[in-house]
Parts: sequence; structure tokens; C-alpha cells
Amino acid sequence: MSFFARFAQNRGALVGLFILIAIIGMALLAPLLYPESPWRMVQRPFLAPMEVEGFWLGTDTMGRDVAAGLMHGAWVSLLIGLVSTTVALLIGVPLGAVAGYYGGLVDDGLMRFTEFFQTIPNFALAIVLVAIMQPSVVSIVLAIAIVSWPPVARLVRAEFMSLRHREYVEAARLVGQTHGTIILRQILPNTLSPIIVLASLMVATAILLESALSFLGLGDPNVMSWGYMIGAARTVIRQAWWLSFFPGVAILLTVLALNLVGEGLDDALNPKLARERS
Amino acid sequence: MNDTTPVLSIRGLTLALPEGADRDNAVEDVSYNVARGEIMCVVGESGSGKSMAANAVMGLLPKGVRPTAGEVIFNGQDLLTLDEKQHRQLRGLRIGMIFQEPMTALNPLMRVGAQIAEVFEAHGRYHARERQGRALALLEEVGIPQPERAIRAYPFQLSGGQRQRVMIAMALALEPELLIADEPTTALDVTTQAQILELIRNLQRRHGMAVMFITHDFGVVAEIATRVCVMRHGRIVELGTVGEVLDNPQHAYTRALLDAIPSNVVPQARDAERQAPLLEVKHLRKVFRSRGGLFKPAREVRALDDISFTLAPGETVGIVGESGSGKSTLGRCVVRLEHPDSGSILLSGTDYSSLKGNALRRERHRVQMIFQDPYASLNPRHRVGYAIAQGPMANGMPRAQAMRRAEELLELVGLGAVAVDRFPHEFSGGQRQRIGIARALALNPELIVADEAVSALDVSIQAQVLELLDELKHKLSLSLLFITHDLRVAAQICDTIIVMQQGRIVEQGTAPEVFLTPHEAYTRQLLDAIPGRAHEPAIA
Amino acid sequence: MLYARLIVMRLLKAVVVLFLIVILNFVLIQLAPGDPAAIMAGEAGATDEEFLRQLRERFGLDQPLYVQLWRYVSGIAMLDFGWSYRQGMPVLDLILARLPATLLLTGTAFVLSLALGILAGSMAAARVKKPSGSLIMALALIFYATPLFWVALMAVVLFSVYLDWLPAYGMYTVGAGHTGLALVLDIAKHLVLPATTLALFFMAIYTRMTRASMLEASQQDYVKTARAKGLAPRVIQRRHILRNALLPIITLAGLQAGQMVGGAILTETVFAWPGIGRLMFEALQQRDYNLLLGIFFFSAALVIVFNIITDLVYRLADPRIKGAS
Repeated sequence: MSFFARFAQNRGALVGLFILIAIIGMALLAPLLYPESPWRMVQRPFLAPMEVEGFWLGTDTMGRDVAAGLMHGAWVSLLIGLVSTTVALLIGVPLGAVAGYYGGLVDDGLMRFTEFFQTIPNFALAIVLVAIMQPSVVSIVLAIAIVSWPPVARLVRAEFMSLRHREYVEAARLVGQTHGTIILRQILPNTLSPIIVLASLMVATAILLESALSFLGLGDPNVMSWGYMIGAARTVIRQAWWLSFFPGVAILLTVLALNLVGEGLDDALNPKLARERS
Repeated sequence: MNDTTPVLSIRGLTLALPEGADRDNAVEDVSYNVARGEIMCVVGESGSGKSMAANAVMGLLPKGVRPTAGEVIFNGQDLLTLDEKQHRQLRGLRIGMIFQEPMTALNPLMRVGAQIAEVFEAHGRYHARERQGRALALLEEVGIPQPERAIRAYPFQLSGGQRQRVMIAMALALEPELLIADEPTTALDVTTQAQILELIRNLQRRHGMAVMFITHDFGVVAEIATRVCVMRHGRIVELGTVGEVLDNPQHAYTRALLDAIPSNVVPQARDAERQAPLLEVKHLRKVFRSRGGLFKPAREVRALDDISFTLAPGETVGIVGESGSGKSTLGRCVVRLEHPDSGSILLSGTDYSSLKGNALRRERHRVQMIFQDPYASLNPRHRVGYAIAQGPMANGMPRAQAMRRAEELLELVGLGAVAVDRFPHEFSGGQRQRIGIARALALNPELIVADEAVSALDVSIQAQVLELLDELKHKLSLSLLFITHDLRVAAQICDTIIVMQQGRIVEQGTAPEVFLTPHEAYTRQLLDAIPGRAHEPAIA
Repeated sequence: MLYARLIVMRLLKAVVVLFLIVILNFVLIQLAPGDPAAIMAGEAGATDEEFLRQLRERFGLDQPLYVQLWRYVSGIAMLDFGWSYRQGMPVLDLILARLPATLLLTGTAFVLSLALGILAGSMAAARVKKPSGSLIMALALIFYATPLFWVALMAVVLFSVYLDWLPAYGMYTVGAGHTGLALVLDIAKHLVLPATTLALFFMAIYTRMTRASMLEASQQDYVKTARAKGLAPRVIQRRHILRNALLPIITLAGLQAGQMVGGAILTETVFAWPGIGRLMFEALQQRDYNLLLGIFFFSAALVIVFNIITDLVYRLADPRIKGAS
């Protein structure tokens, strides 16, 4: 069975993929549909949804269009989710590979380092990092990457440890392949599927983290994000629930979609496990 | 004492596999009886469906497998018509079962005594306080050393053989009329296997049970069976008493299986002209230390304790021993996957054991290895051609030339050059092992170490691979270090045999010497433990 | 004896980790843009030059870095976390005053999420391929994907604003002057929304994990053995599958401690729960870095203590570890 056929067997994954495509579409269409800055005041504040034509999600405390913020926010969420996950993979994969392949003291040292980062409460660390580096897209991406690489390193290490004594790896050693070749050609390709699955879930977690940081007022002051919208509307929740409601739904759907897609990828990449699980 | 009314009667049983399986039915039109006081052996290779009928009897069929025809009559009752609750009342009470893997068949978090007592609890027998006493009596009956301690032990504190005894105790707890044993000795060492077989035989006699014994090993059949049922591809090919089937097999498949069993008839001693040795192992020692942690003192296992031997060019030396004897460590030291603590390994007179780093990497082509597990020894992501060519390429051969070499080698091992573009998963276990041999040959090594190279294969495939090795040995005048737990296999291919136990060499000599006139008690014990040895002349 | 040794070793390790966190804090202060003295004082540019000079002297900021580091570390070793200029109190006092509220909230949420999560997870595992099982998993996935702070806000809208069932803010009714049982009930009432909100996310995690772990355990050979004994499915499910499936849950619960701190920050912020999470939000808004780093250190310490506890529980639950001694 082909990869996509296996993926499509998981109906949730298809739904997730559909939602995800819709959100990516939102992000791409934002500059076309709402060419003006989402920060601009366009109507009187506190317009309820559907109250005035053209402002179908209403306006916020400053008279900004909620729908415009939502579309522009999609772009920021996806961007930060993807980039911070990539950075986390760039830290975690090499570290885990080296620790798992060489073992011994190298492994001990690297794993103590990883454990240290895992012990620190990660959201608290992210807050401290962003607060001290000053909120910006770069500092947020870095902070999220710094708190999310340890699971990658642990996963890659575990995979490498179980694969490095596989007979085909020992055979490669025996024919005289170098450590670099063995790591890159023999072992790493066999660890890709769990890494891909983990990465899709990490993007989801990163989006949640970003929204939580923005909610606390640690978002980049120059970009509109869903978390910021909720945070800014927090104090007026009694008067204008919709200001918090719609961005929250957007986050929920994005994160849900990514999780569903991750599960589908897991089924498609590890067909044996999928059969046992269902 | 055979009672002719069968306890269990399987008639025309067909079990359908779920859609998408490699065949329609797990078993097809299978009929046999198991009577009181007899041991019915169901024999077959992997995929023959030999365990399926037993699962149907227990009501423990794997998901998706369902009966489509036939009946399973147990004491006048068709078990296929029972619902789960009725079936449950039979399990453990009137039908007991033991499994292949004693290491995983017990709950790791429960004490042994509690797990046995559970059988009584499941069927509401005895008062809760009485159950422990009953469990203790059972442990005594199955011959566990120190039963008072064992009853309070957790499974991980027991050896494989002891765990299998616990399993037997549980299966026998309520004196079932039928005992089903599904490959109960396959995971055990040969001496432990002999003890467990004897235990099952004795208990069967004492309790007069009917036993359904599932195995792939004709040696075990000869040892224990009253009657035999040979299965292949889900069908019965032959059914009869043990004498009929072993001495006078009617079906070609049964004959082929029996012929494939490595025989105990020792090959003629080959003229061993002693040349300068190719491999000289001197005083090799290796100790494994488990790093002591907070909770465990550092433990030492002497895997190799002063091992010395030589191997002449063109000679095959067999290293034979049970698990834990150090035989694999020896092989891994010779190929330098492990580093010995002391001693030396000389290859054609040059030191091979002290090479390190890049110097070692450049010399590695001189010694190659054939691995045990055909499913783990090939990288699933690499085409077979690349798997073989990567050795020559790592040693500087241009890619095109290396691929041509791979094609030649695949021809040589009987797979054909077209195999280069295919992936490992397209091949069977035996074919993969041939690919592994081709890979080992790719670098024209001076010495090949074969570590349990045929142990994971079905007996008919095993015979073919051994034949191939033998042929290559003569054609290419290979020097082989052949590591195995199976004395019968060693006898087929080795010129010299070294018997190892707990890291030491117990006995060494030519194959005929070791087989016919063993000097050491341990060697004799190993030889005696080979299942079916007493019946050997009949089989051969 | 062995436990005593284990605890001692774990505490030593904890001290090392905490020491490293202190170093990390120190590095972060150095990295922060602007004058460290100003940062410690609260906000750049908001204080006069004379005051900053005094500060520099007091904290030895005019000294070489290693001297500063030494002062910083030895200060914290004596539980001196510095002064919060914004709140006009020692950081330690501020944190200690807020700690019980956080422990109450996270403790309640932890117990709630673990109990309900394991229950829901085992129900889902027993109902694989049935609609009820799928429904449990769908709900778990939704709660897992929902931002905690948003659930909190929506809970306020629904249960406090529209239904007016439960108080939305604070830990007790201000000015009511409740004592004794009345006070306990009052706090309990205030606790319902924040604790439930915080528990939902973790409940989702435990539900998913329990189900996966139980399905995995049910494939094991010992389950087949148990069935061959004729045990009832209920007994097999509880005694053989669940017990083995719980081991990875214990490990997971330990790993979730850090997440719990993060969740507490958000929940306390929304519900104005007077714990250290809310304190952290206040410190953030006021750019009170001294306080921020103090809270960061304390939250890490809490996580470490919790990890040690789960480690000990694991050792009690798994005989194989004890036996290895």
C-alpha cells in the first residue's frame, strides 16, 4: 500500500490535513484579502460579530478588525511553529545521534546536559528567555527551540542506541565504513519516521507555546498573533467574549489539525504499529 | 495404558485468515485426535499453522482468524460453539497451556506464588489461605530448587528453565485432562530443554493427561511423542505413530524434513595437513563489567578466560557452547567488534588484536562475518546490490566495479544477478542469509566468522544454507570459524570442534574425536542432551 | 537503607542542577540588554543615577565578573534571592507567601488529572473500536490541543459571567472574613474553576498515555498466560494489564511536573489566583527581573522535588529495580 493510501486510511488525519491546508491558505491569502496592517483602527471599537457588514467577526477594543488579525496571525503562528521546530531539530538530532552512537562518556555528558534542560520547567524558561532577550520573533523562536529540543535528542539517542548494535550496522563497521558514513547512511535514514512524526507534533506544541507567550504580553510587538489577541481582550472578557473566542478557536483548530496529521503520519510511516493500535 | 477414546477430537477444522494475508486459511481441513495418556506432537516449520488448532482449542485465536468449517470436540462438546464465558471456564481447569517464551510469559510485577494462586482463584478453588500452600506443592512437583524461596520470587529472579517450570506448575494446577505445550523448549538451552522434556513426560505419565505438543524439532519429536502429525502450509501431510512417521515416512515432505536434520553420523576426519596457522588466538581474556550503580555492586562476567587455539588455512573450526559460554564474544573479538582485555589474535602471523582506529578500519577486510538474524543483518533501506558493494566501495573500489562484483557474488550464492536492485524485504529468511554470505565474501577475506549463521532458519532452509557454505568452502578454500549452539550442525561442517563452557575451553579435538570419544563430562552431557539422540539410527 | 542512600544521591544531584540554574540565571542577567543595576532595580531609565550607583556598589557590579558570580551564588546559597524593588520586599518572602496557593492548585489539579486520566484511558482501552472509546479519545485530543489560558477564559465566561455558579477570581471572597470551615468551603469554591481548567490538559495527556500503554501491555505474552488460566477479563484488565501499564505513567507524571508549572502560570494569571504563577506574571509586567529569576529558580526546585518523589514511587512499583540491588 502506498504512503498516502495508508495515511488516508486514518480519517482523522485527512480531516486534519484539510484543516491545515485551510489555515495555510488563510496565511497566504491574508496580505491579499487584508492588505492593510491588522493593527490599523478601521471601525469603532467593540463591534459584535455580524453587527456591521464587512466586519463579520467584529472589532476589538481599539477598533481593529478581528478577522484581519486572525488571518495575519495564522501566518505568524505557522512561521514560528515551523522555524522553531527546525531549530530544535538542528540542536536535538546531532546531539542525540552522537550520544546514541558513541555511548560511554560522550553519552553520559550529553545526556546530563539534556536532562538539565528537561528538568527546568520549560514554559518558565521560555518566559525568562524572552523577557530578558526582549520580545521579538527571533527571541521567541530561539526560546521555543531551546525548551523543545530535549525530547528530540532523547528520541534520536534511543533510536541510535537500539540501531547501533543491529547486525547491519556491525556489518558496515566490519567492511570498513567510517563512523560518519555509518551514522549518515546506515542509521539516520532508519530513524527518520519517528523524527518526522515527533516534528509534526512539535510544531503544534510550538504554536501553543507561542500563543501562551503572546498571551502573557511577550509577543513580538510588531506582529499580530492569536495569543496577543486573546491576551489583549482578557480584561474585557465580560463585555466582549468574541474577542477571545475566535483566536482561541483558531489555535485549537491548528493544533488539533497538526496532531491529527501527526497521527496519520505515524500510521503511514509505521504500518505495523498502526495495525496493532486500531 | 493408552485409552482409545480421544479427549480431544479435531474434525475437518478450517480456520480462515483475515483478508490480505498470504493465504486464505491458517489451517485447512485438519483432523486429528488426542487421547488420554498420549503425547501428540504437531510438527511443522514456521508458517505451517501448527499452533493454530491449539489456539482454537483454547479459544485464544489471534484477532481476525475465525473458524469456517469443522468441529473441535472436547469430551463430547464442540468447543467452537462455546461463548467466551463458557470457554473461559474450561481454560486452566480442564485444558492447561504452556508457551514458548518463558521470559515474557509471566507477569513481571507479580510474585510467582500469586500467579499460581490465580489459577485457583479463577476457578473458585480452595480458600484464599490454602492457595499458597497448594502453589508450594506444585512448585515442588515441578522440581524448582528451593520452592519456599521461589514462591516469593518475582519472575526476573528466576532462570528461563525455572520460569518454564513455573508455567508448567500453573498449567497443571487443576489437573487438566488436556495439556497444550506450544514449543515449550525452543527458547531454552539444550541441557535445560532435556530436563523440561523429561519433566513433561513424567508429569504426563503420573497424571495420565492427554498432551498436545507443538514443535518444529524432529529431535524433540523422537524424544517425547506417542503419535505425530506433520503439517505444511496449513494442511496435514502425514499422521501416525512416532515409529511409523520417523522410521518409515510416507510423504516426500516428511522425508525431506527428516533428511534435512543435521545427522549425528560424523563425517570422515579430513586430512589435516598442518600448515602454518592462519589464525592464532593466544590467551584471550575478556571480562564484562556491569557498571556498578547505587543499587548494584559492579558485577563481573568472565566471558573469555584464557582462550587459545589455532585455525589452519582452509580449515573450519567449530565453537560450540550453550548461551553464556562466551562463544559469541570469542567470535566478536576475532572480528574486532569487541576488544579483548588481554591476549592476542594473530592473523597470518601479524597482530590483529592491537590495531586501532583508522589502521583497524583499513585492515578490517581481512576478517568478515556472517550474522545470525537474517532480518536484522540487512539494512531495510538499502538495495541488496549496495549492501554487498558497500564493502568494496569503502575499501576504494569504484562504484561500477563494486556493483559488478555484487552481481557475480549473488550468482555465486544462487540468487541471480537480478537481485541487486531489490530490497531485503522482498526476500525470505534463507535468501537473506545467502545475501549475508555474499556480503561477507565481497572483500575476499582471509577468514570468515559465522555466528549462529543458520540458527534462525527452518530446518529445511538450514540444510540448504549449510550445503551452500560447504560448497563455497571447497570452491574458494575458505577458512571458517563456525560458532553454534547446535552440536549436530557443527558435526556437519566442522573439521575441528572446540567446546566452550563459562568462558573456558572444555574440550577440543577433531570432529570425530569430540563426537565419538568425548573426554570431558560436559561434552558428554551436551551430547546426551541432544533431543532424539537415542532414536538417531532410526532417523538417519 | 537503600532508599536513604538513593535519596541522598538524588538530593546531591538536585543541588548540582540548582547550582547550574543559578549560573544560568547569572548569565541571563549579564545577557540582558541595559545596565544590570537597572535591571535589578526594576526598569531601565526609571531610576536616578545616584540610586544606580549605590546599587552597583551594593551588588558589587563594579567588581570583576567572577567576584560578582561568587557573590550571587553565595547569596542564593544563604537563601538571599535579592530584593524586589517594585514590591518593596525580599524576593524570598514574596515567593514563600505565594507558594502555598500554588501547591494547593497544582496538587489538586495533579491528583484530579491523574485519577480521571487513568480512568478515562482504561475505559478507552477497553472500548477500542467502539464509539464510546473513540469519543473519549476525541475529547482527549481536543483538550490536548486547546490552549489552557483560553479554556480558562471561556470557563470564566460560561460559569461565572453567564451561569454565575462559581467565583472567577481570587482564592477567597475578599472582605467576607470567613474562618474555619466556612473559609475552607470558600477556598474550595474558588478552587473549582482553576483546578479543573489546569487538570483538563493533563487529564488529556494521561488518558492518551494510559490507553496506549494498556493496549501495548495487552499484547504481552503474560496476558495470554492469564487468559489461558481462565481469568475473567475484568481481572486480567486490572491486575495484569493496568498494573504493568501504570509504570510508564509514573515516569510520564514525573516529566509533566515542569509542564504543570507552566500551566499554573497561565491559570493563575487568568483566575488571579495568588500563587507564584500569578506573581511571575506580575513580575513580567513590571519587568522585575530579580523576582522573575527568583521564581524561575523556585519553580525548577519544585520540579526537582517532584521528580525525586516520582522516582521513589517508581522504585516501589517495579520490583525489578529493587531486585537489582
